[in-house]
Amino acid sequence: MSGHQDNEELKGSSNMETEIGPDGQPLVSLAEVEDAELAQKDSQSMSQGQLIRRRFLNHKPAIISSIVLVVITLTAFTSIGFAGIPGWWNQSYLKSAELINGGAPTLHLWPTWLGGQGFAIGDHPFGQDNTGKDYFALVMRGTQKSIIIAVVVGAVATVIGAVIGAVAGYFRGWVDEVLMRLTDLFIVIPLLVLAAVLGKMAGSASGSILTLAFALGLLTWTGLARLVRGEILTLREREYVAAAQAMGSKTSRVIFKHLLPNTVGVIVVNATFAIAGAILLETSLSYLGFGVKAPESSLGLLISQYQNAFTNRPWLFWWPGMMIVTIALSVNFLGDGLRDAFDPRQTRKAKRRNKKELS
Amino acid sequence: MSIQAQVPSSIGTALSFENLSVVFDTEFSQVHAVKGLSLEVYPGEVVALVGESGSGKSVTSTAAMGLLPNNANISGKAFVGGINVVGLPEAKMRKMRATDIAMVFQEPMTALNPVLTIERQLTESLELHGLAYGKEATARAIELLELVGIPDPAKRIKQYPHQFSGGQRQRIVIAMAISCDPKVIIADEPTTALDVTVQAEILDLLRELKDKLNTGILLITHNMGVVADLADRVAVMFRGSLVETGTVDQVLNHPQHPYTQKLLSSVPRLEAVDVSGNWVPEPLAAVDPNRKLILEAKNLVLEYDMRGTKFRAVDDVSFDIARGEILGIVGESGSGKSTIAKAVLGLLPVASGKLAVQGSDLTKLRPKAARAIRAKMGVIFQDPAASLNPRFPIGDCITEPMVVHKVGNRAERIKRAKELLEAVHLPTSVINRYPHELSGGQRQRVCIARALTLDPELLIADEPTSALDVSVQAAVLEMIQELQERYEFACLFVSHDLAVIDLLAHSVVVMKNGKSIEQGRVSDVLHAPQEDYTRKLLAAAPVPEPGEQAIRREARRLLLAAEKGL
Repeated sequence: MSGHQDNEELKGSSNMETEIGPDGQPLVSLAEVEDAELAQKDSQSMSQGQLIRRRFLNHKPAIISSIVLVVITLTAFTSIGFAGIPGWWNQSYLKSAELINGGAPTLHLWPTWLGGQGFAIGDHPFGQDNTGKDYFALVMRGTQKSIIIAVVVGAVATVIGAVIGAVAGYFRGWVDEVLMRLTDLFIVIPLLVLAAVLGKMAGSASGSILTLAFALGLLTWTGLARLVRGEILTLREREYVAAAQAMGSKTSRVIFKHLLPNTVGVIVVNATFAIAGAILLETSLSYLGFGVKAPESSLGLLISQYQNAFTNRPWLFWWPGMMIVTIALSVNFLGDGLRDAFDPRQTRKAKRRNKKELS
Repeated sequence: MSIQAQVPSSIGTALSFENLSVVFDTEFSQVHAVKGLSLEVYPGEVVALVGESGSGKSVTSTAAMGLLPNNANISGKAFVGGINVVGLPEAKMRKMRATDIAMVFQEPMTALNPVLTIERQLTESLELHGLAYGKEATARAIELLELVGIPDPAKRIKQYPHQFSGGQRQRIVIAMAISCDPKVIIADEPTTALDVTVQAEILDLLRELKDKLNTGILLITHNMGVVADLADRVAVMFRGSLVETGTVDQVLNHPQHPYTQKLLSSVPRLEAVDVSGNWVPEPLAAVDPNRKLILEAKNLVLEYDMRGTKFRAVDDVSFDIARGEILGIVGESGSGKSTIAKAVLGLLPVASGKLAVQGSDLTKLRPKAARAIRAKMGVIFQDPAASLNPRFPIGDCITEPMVVHKVGNRAERIKRAKELLEAVHLPTSVINRYPHELSGGQRQRVCIARALTLDPELLIADEPTSALDVSVQAAVLEMIQELQERYEFACLFVSHDLAVIDLLAHSVVVMKNGKSIEQGRVSDVLHAPQEDYTRKLLAAAPVPEPGEQAIRREARRLLLAAEKGL
């Protein structure tokens, strides 16, 4: 085989671009090249969090959804006021008034040069309900409730799910068995039925929406617990966990410092979907009459109250309906954006890019 | 039959590259992975493509298979049996795979589908390419298995991958690769995941096959010993460029390019085994009365609980390490060497026997005292990618032991981290960087720094260099040695690489199936082994010198033949 090449066949050595080290000698060892690159590197060091934030900011649907959510939340809370603080909207969601024009919305967006009536908000932009209450105020009140429920349920379910999943995954053995069978138990009970019962009890006990939200949070952590457990089962075999155990770290430190922060991708993404689910669950409950009761308002309650008005006064149905769809969709898109940002495959790409940046 | 390298002679070659360049588009920029590579592989020839990680050797072979991802921009030409496969439509490329170009993968555990029988997997390519069907295909598959040395192939062909050992699985992967008589086989690190003795067998098999089938083999490896054992010609790649090509003798014995020279000098070499039989061991030094025992194991037994049934991973092993000593534990996979390290680290309970650190028996300590004793131990693990928490900046990683044991305040911790970074020759600016910004070798040095944070009495190193490139390994080993001399800690060094143990350790325990086969001073055990198993291990480890390797190969063959004769 030796005849295939001549001695001069040391091609490549001439056209090879070698890096020059700090002492002026060409670098010919991988270790030296890597060190030289590291020493030269003066760019801002990016943590994983920063990389994720950057990718998230590049995700258009998620950014648009975030803006929509912020606008809706701000509008809902500032317009009619919250917790005794008055808002900038002069109508109350509790006060009846005379029906004007059959309660039709006074909001006009169509400009005059297109044959419309020009831009006008009017007294009742979303119209009025049967008793002449301002529908904008009612919808805003309902949106407030939905957002509160969504946030509380999201937080409660996430904390419970993450802790139960992490403990089950870390300890395995009988702890895992007990916790996971408990999870199974919660999964097999029809969520809507249980939520209806608990919601009714919570509602009659204090009448507060927070109690209902806590009750829903106590029921919807199961999915996250399973996901976090799976994630922890793989992470606990990583050597940095063994290293932490070997240096004498307490179990709580290993779980809360080393394991859970590394599952934050799963947790954050799941929390957003849990929030969207909670809004829909509250809506279904209120629609069925187990959730929020009049004279309080919630989006589901409004829909259920005015479902018969769909044919002759459709705005009574459309405004709360659109609000639900908009919030749920935005939260879902937000979750999508977060998932893409946390995607490990993209992380790898980013790592490659870091290497490139060095050279 | 001298052929000028400059002539673009795709004719007659099994595989050839002409000025191949590959650029990857990544999220924010481009990466130039291969920069104008030209190389030929002729039928019946083994060309080794050698390089360290990031050199572009695997990208080159993947380009020939047409398996590069969509974000790769390929320019230049890659001929497989005279057909340029760069830009070839996927449908045509698919027809060429297996019949013209085949691949042997690194990891035999994952290269086979666990839910299909070997028969299904072997006949699949035959049937897909219309070479044989039904019974005929099965008969051909049995033939193939026989060819690659699977005993009793007619019966075993009905079995599933998990019923074969790692070496046998790699043989099956090779059988699949040769099933359609390809013109060229790309073997991407075919023996890296295997033990040395199995590696030697697979290399024998590949050598036999290329002569029998007249196939060209492009061998991708980082192991110079494998190159010396199998290759006819060598091409050395460094950061995307080909820096040197030549016959195996030229490149390994008279390297021209400084990179190759440096690479070869980094490979740890085993000193020749004394076979004359009249080895006189160095006289034992008198036992130092001040010898301070740090770690002591007596009749140590370690067991894994596998759903109720006990699996004895370590059986009756005794050893001790004193201050300033390095003890190497060497063995193949499943020998229990890492299990011992785990037990010392407190990650596994001791089933019976004694395991004492500085005189206090780990098995009898209360949790709090056990935690205190952890402060006296440092650990370095195998995989630098997994041994640092990705969410901690390097400074936090290094000072974590201080936080856990509540040593010092914030300023002192930062000061200590900077000292340690200097000790492992990393710039102190690294303190705020994250693990993913560092290369494998650098991360391993951070691990060393972390292990030394609390001035440990004992350092446990579990295969600390086996995931690193040769030149990086050399740097890391040198660093461990240097630090050990400076801080005089005792060190338990677990490795599968005899040459590394030879270089670093003072004494050694050779393990097999949980038992200690032979132990003693490195100079005695590795240079004049008394046990057959040690001798076999030593004979199987390839050395990066083709002449010497040929002699060793022959010696190993005789050793095995003698054993069979017994």
